[in-house]
Amino acid sequence: MEKAKQVVCQTQDLIPNSGVCALVNGKQVALFYFPEDDQPVRAVSNWDPIGQANVLSRGIVGDLKGRLVVASPLYKQHFDLKTGECLEDDQAKLEVFPVSIEENLVLWG
Amino acid sequence: MKKLRMVVAGNGMVGHHFVDQILALSTDIELTVLGAETRPAYDRVHLSEVFAGKDPKDLSLTSREYYKEHNVDAHFGDAVVAIDRDNKSVKTESGRTFSYDKLILATGSYPFVPPIKGSECKECLTYRTIDDLGEIKANAKDAKIGVVVGGGLLGLECANALKNLGLETHVVEFAPGLMGVQLDQGGSKMLRRKIEALGVTVHTSKATTLISEGDDTKLRMSFADETHLDTDMIVFSAGIRPYDQLARKSGLEVGERGGIVIDYHCRTSDSDIFAIGECALFGKMIYGLVAPGYRMAEIAAQQFVDADEKPSFTGADMSTKLKLLGVDVGSIGDAHGKTADSICYVFSDEKAETYKRIVVSADGKRLLGAVLVGDCSDYDTLLQYYLNEIDLPGSPESMILPATDGSAAPALGPAALPATATICSCHNVSKGDIVNAMDAGCCGLPDVKSSTKASTGCGGCAALLKNIVDHEMEARGLEVNKSICEHFQFTRQELFHLIKVEEIKSFQEMLDKHGSGRGCDICKPAIGSILASLWNDYVLQENHVQLQDTNDTFLANMQKNGTYSVVPRVPGGEITPDQLIAIGEVGKKYNLYTKITGGQRIDLFGATLNQLPDIWRELIDAGLETGHAYGKAVRTVKSCVGSTWCRYGVNDSVGMAIHIENRYKGLRAPHKLKFAVSGCTRECAEAQSKDVGVIATENGWNLYVCGNGGMKPRHADLFATDLDDQTLIKYIDRFLMFYIRTADRLQRTSVWMENLEGGLDYLRQVVIEDSLGIGEELEAQMHHVVGTYQCEWKTTIENPEKVKRFRQFVNSNASDDNVVFVEERGQMRPANEVERQKLIAKSA
Repeated sequence: MEKAKQVVCQTQDLIPNSGVCALVNGKQVALFYFPEDDQPVRAVSNWDPIGQANVLSRGIVGDLKGRLVVASPLYKQHFDLKTGECLEDDQAKLEVFPVSIEENLVLWG
Repeated sequence: MKKLRMVVAGNGMVGHHFVDQILALSTDIELTVLGAETRPAYDRVHLSEVFAGKDPKDLSLTSREYYKEHNVDAHFGDAVVAIDRDNKSVKTESGRTFSYDKLILATGSYPFVPPIKGSECKECLTYRTIDDLGEIKANAKDAKIGVVVGGGLLGLECANALKNLGLETHVVEFAPGLMGVQLDQGGSKMLRRKIEALGVTVHTSKATTLISEGDDTKLRMSFADETHLDTDMIVFSAGIRPYDQLARKSGLEVGERGGIVIDYHCRTSDSDIFAIGECALFGKMIYGLVAPGYRMAEIAAQQFVDADEKPSFTGADMSTKLKLLGVDVGSIGDAHGKTADSICYVFSDEKAETYKRIVVSADGKRLLGAVLVGDCSDYDTLLQYYLNEIDLPGSPESMILPATDGSAAPALGPAALPATATICSCHNVSKGDIVNAMDAGCCGLPDVKSSTKASTGCGGCAALLKNIVDHEMEARGLEVNKSICEHFQFTRQELFHLIKVEEIKSFQEMLDKHGSGRGCDICKPAIGSILASLWNDYVLQENHVQLQDTNDTFLANMQKNGTYSVVPRVPGGEITPDQLIAIGEVGKKYNLYTKITGGQRIDLFGATLNQLPDIWRELIDAGLETGHAYGKAVRTVKSCVGSTWCRYGVNDSVGMAIHIENRYKGLRAPHKLKFAVSGCTRECAEAQSKDVGVIATENGWNLYVCGNGGMKPRHADLFATDLDDQTLIKYIDRFLMFYIRTADRLQRTSVWMENLEGGLDYLRQVVIEDSLGIGEELEAQMHHVVGTYQCEWKTTIENPEKVKRFRQFVNSNASDDNVVFVEERGQMRPANEVERQKLIAKSA
């Protein structure tokens, strides 16, 4: 039998076209919410590997040449929300986590 | 065939330029470079910027690696000390010999130190190299007063350096006036007046006879007129002398007063030896500017090209434009009017402190020379008239007279310039070169710059170059891409216009109507700011949240460790003891680091996201409100204590500052805005370094605009004088709204002004004379913003839904375990990397 998925938070905790931070198994995770998209929630690590602080959930989201990105609020580098890649620095990369929405719940895994 | 062996002695700006020229020829030459200084060539022209915070590394023009890559055998810190012309070799200080087929002397010059008794003491310095800067800095550490000997171009540059080091600065000049070579008497007088107003004391007609120990200071300078001056250090910058010893010792012909004699091809009296730059003497003249030196380097390099006709050096234009101690100075051609029968026109404005003089040929057709002090806006145009011998307008005086009745001085558009017109004199780039580069495919300013090198020297031609490139692009039917980002094909100004005219109220609406994609961190905050400037909605309103930078989202300034700082508004810098206590109590309770800001308020650092609403609730209860320190918005209005307390004040500067701050607080703009109000001309509030500066006079207020401190300081322009309260506010209303309407994204008022076509005069026409007929509209717009002001923090803490946004985690009450502090000087600060690792390990 499939193991029940862990509940992270409710969808009403998310902010459309913006980010919030959740603590999942001791790890800080930035959750971005795009209500219109097929995959409406994206999760990456909240740690900014360049700015060295837990801040990515507070960055501005958008797209650059078709890639869904968040801009670091510290030094403005862009990270691809689907792959975790940094557009300006190929040494820097974010962890990307699978999340999904069921009913009004954000689920981990 | 054996390769030609070429040795270049000297690696200053000109020596390096020569190497670059030879490399560009890609002929088979074996190059050796021998530099006396320990570092490769660097930009000497901008030396004084090191004292204003520039990293010496940023001055470098090349590197060891660059030479290595290009197979140039370069040695630094090993000067050439002898030439053996018979064996065709040179010897260096360390004893090495290098043989040559051709030798290039680019040994430059050294600062002239007059033979004064006592001038060999250790507090007597010179100003030419990066090493000299180090010495000056070291000496300035325990000095209060500094003297520069020499009131020429370099001397004044150096005075600026001493002033930047915080010394009481004096300039001592032997001649009766400053910059005697470039300026006439009137110009020199105006320059002195302006420099003295900046706090530099000028002593002219002073011949120093002795330097001895001072009573209370380290040194005393005694002058021939039996006066004296006490100081702690002296920097000699009284001219340069060509470094020609090598040539002298080896029997090359040198001038009576120094300098290696060269011919049209930069060849010395030995046909295998060339000399270029400040060590060379051409036509009995030493060319002490970088542009002629570069020209010589190019001419000398061309001699090694296989061509029938080789170019010649025929002297160089010594016109120059520069900023000395923040004062614009320009000198073109025959500045002194020495040409026979020349006519001269002078316009001097002692109020605005500007001086302009042009020297015109007897028939009134040609411009022979010009002097500009305090305002160089006409320099580019005048220089083009001069260099290209363009026919002057019927009344040449119109070139320098201020515009009355709205008729601006005849501008020389890019189209009017002939192809031969020199645009960049540092790299000798003509308009024709630029047009050719664009014909060959260059598209846009960066392309043209990297291809032609135009505007990469002193940068003085940047504005002119941009005009030409834009003009050529338009002429070719190419669009100059000014779009803000990939989502909107508009400039900020166009976006503003669209939002206003179509009454667009949200980013999504704007994106649907005029954009594409989702937006990004460029267009979102820009449009958020425009929406706020126009409609002044609450910035955390549902549909605006996603637009804001983190600072605006959380109404606080993010610091390096992800915590925030909190700045309550302190209008005019006036604060009651109770408010001080309230701020102190909050700081203590939340263990925040507190610091006084430059804008006369108090900054509380180290608040975590979840603490912000609690902190603000307490501050608001104590009667404080948000300071908008996080926004591209009106920040502070600094003030001096004014006539209420000060013995010298002539008006209530604090009252006016509070009035102004309360009127404009919260106003969103393309960039932050800082104001100041001074109660008298002593200007203790430093209003002339602000976007809007107000200074009290006996008859009202003087209004200054577009000043800036920061990275690139700019003195504010005097905009209007002796205004009553009402008119002052009217002008500021109009000025601010016009700026908000027309500026680019993140463009401070200073840069906006520099780029505003028509400049200060145009701005006066729009604001004072209402030439566009939009005065009332601008005022109404401001009225709307003033009338809809709200303290964003008050609105936020009253709304539980908004407060939720400040949770560190949406699913936990834990705090960010990466945020750790250590104590320093009785307060906390963010732990550094090493401390943080230790602290986190300990707690784990």
